[in-house]
Amino acid sequence: MAVPEVTDSFSGCVNKVTLGATSQAGGTRTSTVTVGGARNVVYGGSREDAGEKPVIAMDVLDSYSSGDDWPAVLLEPYKDVLNDPAAWAKKCVEQFGAEILCLKFEAIHPDKGDKDADHAVGVTKQVLQAVGVPLILWGCGNDEKDNQIMPKVSEAAKGENCLVGTVTEDNYKSLTAIALADSHHLITEAPLDINIAKQVNILVLDMGFPLEKIVTFQATGALGYGIEYSYSIQERQRLAALGGDKMMAMPVICDAGYESWRVKEAKLEDAPGWGDVKERGPAWETVTAMCLLQAGADIVRMRHPKAVETVKGFINQIWQ
Amino acid sequence: MIIIGERINGMFSDVKKAIAEKKKEVIQDLAAKQTVAGASYLDVNVGTAAADQAGTMQWLVETIQAGCPTPLCLDSQKPDVIAAGLKVADTSRGILLNSSPLNKKSDEEVLDKYIEMAEQAGPDGKLIALTMDKNGVPQDVDTRVALAAEIVSKAMEKGFTAERLFIDPIILPVNVPNAQKQPLNVLMAMDQIKYLADPAPHIVMGLSNISQGTNERSLINRIFLAMALSHGCDAAIMEVLDKDMMNVVATAEMLMNKQIYSDSFLKAYKAR
Repeated sequence: MAVPEVTDSFSGCVNKVTLGATSQAGGTRTSTVTVGGARNVVYGGSREDAGEKPVIAMDVLDSYSSGDDWPAVLLEPYKDVLNDPAAWAKKCVEQFGAEILCLKFEAIHPDKGDKDADHAVGVTKQVLQAVGVPLILWGCGNDEKDNQIMPKVSEAAKGENCLVGTVTEDNYKSLTAIALADSHHLITEAPLDINIAKQVNILVLDMGFPLEKIVTFQATGALGYGIEYSYSIQERQRLAALGGDKMMAMPVICDAGYESWRVKEAKLEDAPGWGDVKERGPAWETVTAMCLLQAGADIVRMRHPKAVETVKGFINQIWQ
Repeated sequence: MIIIGERINGMFSDVKKAIAEKKKEVIQDLAAKQTVAGASYLDVNVGTAAADQAGTMQWLVETIQAGCPTPLCLDSQKPDVIAAGLKVADTSRGILLNSSPLNKKSDEEVLDKYIEMAEQAGPDGKLIALTMDKNGVPQDVDTRVALAAEIVSKAMEKGFTAERLFIDPIILPVNVPNAQKQPLNVLMAMDQIKYLADPAPHIVMGLSNISQGTNERSLINRIFLAMALSHGCDAAIMEVLDKDMMNVVATAEMLMNKQIYSDSFLKAYKAR
């Protein structure tokens, strides 16, 4: 029996978002990244309906500390740059081909170094100077510390059209206001909950932040650790966007790197039946990222260069 | 749901007066307010007072279109009045013709005429057809469904797809003697009409009719709207300027999983 050709068309679409500002747009980036724009489900409809190619954002930490607990396989590619974020960023762009970076401010967390605003602002400036790709500026997750420091980080990158985050239902005012003032894009976060995701978007809109400059983030689960929840939420968000729900029409960012590398299957060395840990970790991250891409993710945060390379090859093949 | 704003109708005294005095601003104000309130279409009915119905329809269409982008729903039982409106209407934004029965004693072919006009209005030309024929408005469920089936099959024979067709099972005022079982009959007819084609025809109702002459008009309208939405109704000609009514629409859509819930779901619906 022939496979029937099933096509469906939708009234809505995912918003298109461009990150990074070149000198023409008043910034200093040498390239920009555009994501979103899908007019159908993933793999559905014609090539034009697929929208922009998804993109991988490689993680760069403001400063690595032992508290970050990266396994040896993941530390290996970055061992020479762990405490030099500018060199780390440069390596990701020049050696691993990153088109966008996620500068993650781990070390400002009270439990991981409790570094101050001067540190964070310094790192932001160094990285902006070291590389020309657009940046994602991501706080540590401690509300008090993020509210104190991320507005200064945002200001230090004013005019660069970064993606800053994250804001949540309980903590959105400071960062939303400063992102608006500094003309950045904003990440709204929800704890794997589509209703809260919508609510955060409404709250941010109420402050006058344009819906078209929002990227949504759901606390991701890794392969084997609840990825099916991430998958079904992303799928539902895509369908809502296609159905014309403007509060749900944002591109999506997922975090495959952090989630994959904290599960034991990715990093346990003494596991004879599981295969070589050098292959297993990157493979875990690869499959996690690919699942999220198939669920409709537009930006995927990743860590291991080998996983990045494989997933990039996959993206280039599918979205060619 | 598809919301058709009912206010630009010569039966309302302010509109009647505006037509008589050619006061464009009254009409344009109603068009703008209904659009902001969430109307997907604006019903345009010249009422009974105007001597030149075709000319009045054209004046209303041009007046509304001059300042408002919302698609129109041309409302008349006279094909020539609809045709006059179509001559000046911008059909590229979509248009709904309202409405034709299956047939009339005086005009066996009336439905054909309306279908042809909707067809000629372009791909977004749509039509409301009433479950009514030369014998009048049926009182029971089965006749309503049988008439709807005949309408659907006639439209399909003419290549007019069910997606462009709105079936109106005709709701009567609840306070008319012996009419109190009609609301339930209409709901039961809706249950069957939605299975007449795949994809299903739209089901529309002239909502305010149910409460004609009653006290508590808004309450009766709101409750019946919620009931009808759960029976497959997906469009209504109604009072969009009634905020409580629009909150019922938002809540019903959320409860039927057509809008994703959020704590500010009423606000989200308004901003959609």
